[in-house]
This record gives sequence, structure tokens and C-alpha cells, in this order.
Amino acid sequence: MQASVEGKEILRGLNLEVKPGEVHAIMGPNGSGKSTLASVLAGREDYEVTGGEVLFNGKDLLDLSPEDRAREGLFLAFQYPIEIPGVSNINFLKTAINEIREYRDMDPIEPKEFLALVKEKQKLVELDGKLANRSVNEGFSGGEKKRNEIFQMAMLEPKLCILDETDSGLDIDALRIVANGVNQLRSPERSFIVVTHYQRLLDYIVPDFVHVLYQGKIVKSGPKELALELEEKGYDWIKAETSVAI
Amino acid sequence: MEEKNQILEEHIASEYKYGFVSDIDTEFAPKGLNEEIVKFISQKKNEPEWLLEYRLKAFRHWQTMTEPKHWPHLHYNSVDFQDISYYAAPKKKATVNSFDEVDPELLKTFEKLGISLEEQKRLVGMESKIAVDAVIDSVSVKTTFKEVLAEKGIVFCSFSEAVQEHPELVKKYMGSVVPFTDNFYAALNAAVFSDGSFCYIPKGVRCPMELSTYFRINSAGTGQFERTLIIADEGAYVSYLEGCTAPQRDENQLHAAVVEIVAHRDAEVKYSTVQNWYPGDKDGKGGIYNFVTKRGICLEANSKISWTQVETGSAITWKYPSVILKGDNSIGEFYSVAVTNNMQQADTGTKMIHLGKNTRSTIISKGISAGKSDNSYRGLVRIAKGAKNARNFSQCDSLLMGDQCGAHTFPYIEIHDKTGVVEHEATTSKIGEDQIFYCNQRGIDTEKAIGLIVNGYCREVLDQLPMEFAVEAKKLLSVSLEGSVG
Repeated sequence: MQASVEGKEILRGLNLEVKPGEVHAIMGPNGSGKSTLASVLAGREDYEVTGGEVLFNGKDLLDLSPEDRAREGLFLAFQYPIEIPGVSNINFLKTAINEIREYRDMDPIEPKEFLALVKEKQKLVELDGKLANRSVNEGFSGGEKKRNEIFQMAMLEPKLCILDETDSGLDIDALRIVANGVNQLRSPERSFIVVTHYQRLLDYIVPDFVHVLYQGKIVKSGPKELALELEEKGYDWIKAETSVAI
Repeated sequence: MEEKNQILEEHIASEYKYGFVSDIDTEFAPKGLNEEIVKFISQKKNEPEWLLEYRLKAFRHWQTMTEPKHWPHLHYNSVDFQDISYYAAPKKKATVNSFDEVDPELLKTFEKLGISLEEQKRLVGMESKIAVDAVIDSVSVKTTFKEVLAEKGIVFCSFSEAVQEHPELVKKYMGSVVPFTDNFYAALNAAVFSDGSFCYIPKGVRCPMELSTYFRINSAGTGQFERTLIIADEGAYVSYLEGCTAPQRDENQLHAAVVEIVAHRDAEVKYSTVQNWYPGDKDGKGGIYNFVTKRGICLEANSKISWTQVETGSAITWKYPSVILKGDNSIGEFYSVAVTNNMQQADTGTKMIHLGKNTRSTIISKGISAGKSDNSYRGLVRIAKGAKNARNFSQCDSLLMGDQCGAHTFPYIEIHDKTGVVEHEATTSKIGEDQIFYCNQRGIDTEKAIGLIVNGYCREVLDQLPMEFAVEAKKLLSVSLEGSVG
């Protein structure tokens, strides 16, 4: 797959296969294209996909609108969650769930069932009941916003979750809570793409594979130990290796 | 970004649900306006001499006035006041005593609008009842729950009926808040008003149900000039709702109403409007000219008047629901959402006139502009000399959708007493693409996302509306903005 933003090529031929139940970590230095990858998969329109395809559930994701991708089961946990003043978290999620259900020819969720679900999933990320009733992300601390992303993820029960630098701006306690939530959502049917700068998050969310993204390409893939190696040596040796290869 | 703008440019006129015309046998006054017409209307309504005199005085005064075209931020062709019929009434009996006497075509019309005039029907399965006064063109056709209300001494009827049955009340209060000399349209209304609602809540009575008037313009070539008068006597409380629609027509139709509210000691009146007159098509053809004077007076101590309006309709909106805070410790509130799309123009706001001591007022205004529309907030806060410790808080927010619409704020603040405190906050923002994408990513399409975001934006105001009305208003907000983005 290739993609560019405002004419500048960011992703330059990227191949990745994620099987159900797998957790893939995407690491890489600043500006390597990590967040672009997350945005392109979710369908943000600032990015132009110049070639390739993304197969998901047997459909080419790139043919689908952002909302249909979400309805197919793709979830992006935003690096910077957006505030929507005046719209309660609960109302927002209920609307989202019912839109997704409608797409799948299901009846709207029963209020009772919905409330039970909220109660259950809140616990995953130790989210205060009051936060669920507050406006979406408005006045939330950085940590609360990230926890809210995972809470939403739990509520919408996606098949593929993309975490875009979910660890950024989190203190150690919040990081543990968020990672815990994610781990509880791991299942044989659900896959994760975890985009991060640091090994730290991967201590908690242990990946099956680690990929290093550099200059819009995956230049190295390996088991979870690769992350440790990166933490130790930094990205310079990868850069050196890559330039030698070129 | 560019693509977004392009999408924004593709305006599709949102479908106006209430654009139908009913085939009702109607009696008209000949077009034009002169003293003969004024007499004709008065005669049709079998009015007492004093009221005819009042009308004629108003008419003569109106002739000396000019259309207020220079100060509002509105651009439109002048109204030809001689090309309008000032009286149109369904031919069946103007007022009916029992449900069976109402013209079935009329019932169908209101049914289509979602307003049931059948009391039985409304009672079943509904926790809160709403009494309705239904006004079509120039006359009130049916008022429901009159008897139930009468048991508590509450008078709720058409204005014409009040003139016959309670002339002393009408004479005492009519024009006491909005005199005919007030402005051009108030003078016009005083001369030719045809009907409207009248409501009197006696001392110490809390009105057990919401009262509402539903206005419908049906006939072509007419204007609607209704007058509403609400009086809350000492310690009384009433919540009043007003809704309105009109057929889809290529010509502009004039609606010039007057609403007066009087609150005595310890009384409270809540007045809510959902204004959905036909806004014209996407090129600005047709639509209602809505020139309305609404004003309440907190006549005595500890009284409270609160206006809540959701304005989505009309080609032109010119209205400033106001409160005169005369009684000490009285409270005035104005909560407003004004939405303009396509070629609509709105110049709306409020006036809070502080005369009494320790009076307080709150203004929350949310303007939303889309398409090529223009949306202005215009508000006056005046603290008169001697209005000790008066307070006002104003918040005026504007939300822009697309890059071809306009939002303007014209606050006027006059403080003549040193102890007064006035706060004014204003914001202007654009609907965020980030917000829309965030919703999209959760499975919510752009149309729904905008509805959600806009409703959230207006929540402070919508929360003020009675429950059932709020549901309607929320739907209406989404519908009004349909097609304004992607």
C-alpha cells in the first residue's frame, strides 16, 4: 500500500498481514509514517491512497467510507481523542452501537442491555460512572481520555483495533490500567495493531510480532524481543542497516 | 479540506415536511389595507366599540411609520402591504363547542402536523397532557381541555372569545406591554390582528398542564397577524408552548405577531417556541417573513419570565423576545437556538430592561449558520438608574458550517446604575472536521454526526424545553441542517 498527504508520499509500499487474534506492534522513529498508517486504515480524508489495497473481512477497506469501516469492525483509538461538548458519552456510544447494529441488520439495542454493557465495560478501564455521563472527552484529563478510548473500544466490540500511540501522555498507573483493559479484550477473533514509540507499552501488551516502520516501509519484523532490542539500541542501527541495504 | 468545502457547497434543500396545502373552504377579506378593512375585521369578530377604536388608532399611527429596514442585518424586498389579504377564515363556524363540529379537513390538517385536537386521544397513555389552541390563518378553530382548566379558574381560549367573554381582562392588559406605538409591525398587528390565544392564570394557581398554541398559515396571499396575551396573577405558574408551520409557496408570506406576557407578584411564566415556518427553497424563493414582537413584563416583585426559542424556519426572522424587569427581585431569561441554512436570514435576540432592584437576567444564545445564510444576534441589556444591584449574564455562541455563511453579534449594553453588573461572553467556532471524523470512526455517518454535534452544542437551551417539545426540537435541528454538509 502507498499513501500520501498533500502530495507528499508517506507510506511507500507497505505489506502487513494480521490474522485473527494476533497483536502486531508497529514501532519506528518520529515521522516514519506510523500515525499515517493508522489514519489511512481508518479512512481519514486528508490522506490520499495512491496505490494498493487493504483487505478486511474479504472487502477492500479502501472502497469503504470511514463509518462503514467502523461498522465492519475496525476501531481506532485516537492519539488525541476529540471533545464533543454537550453530547454525553452514553448518548454518543448508544448512537454508535445502533448505527453499527443497523448496518448488520440488527435491531437497536435494548436500553437495559445497553446499561448493563456500560456497567460491565466501565470496570475494564476503571472508568468512573460519572465520566460515562459527561460530555464526550470534554474536560477529561489526558489519562481519562485514553481510558475512555479503550472503554469505547470495549463497548463497540471491534474485530480489528488500532491503538495510535495510546501510551503517549500516560503516567505509569494509567498505562497499566489502559494496558489491562486492552489485554482483557484480547481474544482469538480480535486483532490489534499497536502503534507506539516505546517499548514500555509492550511490557504490558505483549505483541506477537513487532514491525519497524522507517521512511514509509516496514524495514524489519520480528518477535517481541525485537522491541527490547530497539529500546536498547535506539533506531539508529535500523537506519544504518536500511541505508546499507538501499 | 478542499473536498470538504466542495461537499459543503452542494446544498440540497432539506425537505420541508409541512409544505402541504389543505383544501379548506375559506372566506377572505379583499386584498389591501385601509380603514374599511380594519372595520371589516372588527365587524367579522363582532367586537365592542372600544376595540374597534383601538384598532383604528393603531392603524392611523401605523400609517405614519416606516418599515424598519435600515438597522437589522437583513436584506429583502419590501413587503407590499396592499397586496395581502388581512383576513382568511375557514368557512365553518369559527369557534366550535364540541369536537364533532370541527371541519374534518381541519382535523386532518392538524393530524398531519402531529397535533391531535381530540382530547381523548391525547389523554391515553400520556403522562403529561397539553392543552392546545389551534389557529389556522386568521382564526382559532379549536381549544382543547378548556373545561378541565376552567375548574381551576384558568381561562384558556382564543383571543376573539376572550374579547367576548372577558372584555375587562383584555381591556386592562392588551397593549400594556407592547403598545401599538412600539414599532411598525406591532402597530400593524394592533390594527389587523385576527385571532390568537388568551390565557389567564388566577391567583395562586399552578397550571396543571402545558398550554400551547399551534399556528398554521394555510391560504395563499394572506398574512397571519395573531395576538397572544398571557397573564399570570399573583403566585401563578404556567408553561406555554408555541409551534408553527406553513405550506411551501413561491411567494413570501408575512407573519407579524404580538405576544404579551404579564407576571404579577411571585408569578412565573415559561414561554417556549419552536418556530418552523416555511424557510423558502434553497435559492431563497418563497418563505415566511417573520416579524414578531414578543415581550413580557415582570410587573411585581419576585416574578419570573423565561423565553426559550428554537428558530429553524422562516426566510426572514426578526424577533427579540424581551423582558421588562419592573418588580424587585424579578428574573428574566432568554434561551435561544437560531438555525439558518441555504438563503435564510435571521436577526434575533432579546432585550432585558432592568428597572427594579436586585433584578437578574440570563441570556444564552446559540446561532448556527449553514449554506449561504446570515445569522445575527442582537441584544440589549439596559440597567436603569435606581435598578440597584441588577445583574446580567449573556453568552452568545455562533457556529459556522461551511465558508459561505455569516454570523454576527450586536450586543448593546446600557448601564445607568453603578451597582449593576453585566457580563458578556461570545464565541464563534466552526464545526470541526475532527469531530465529524471521530464520529465516523465510531460508525456514525456525517449527517447523523452533525445532528449529534449540533444538538450537543445547543444542549443548554434544549434542556430548557419541556420534554416532548425537546424531542421535536432535536429532530427539527437535524432536519433543518440536512444536506448542509456532505
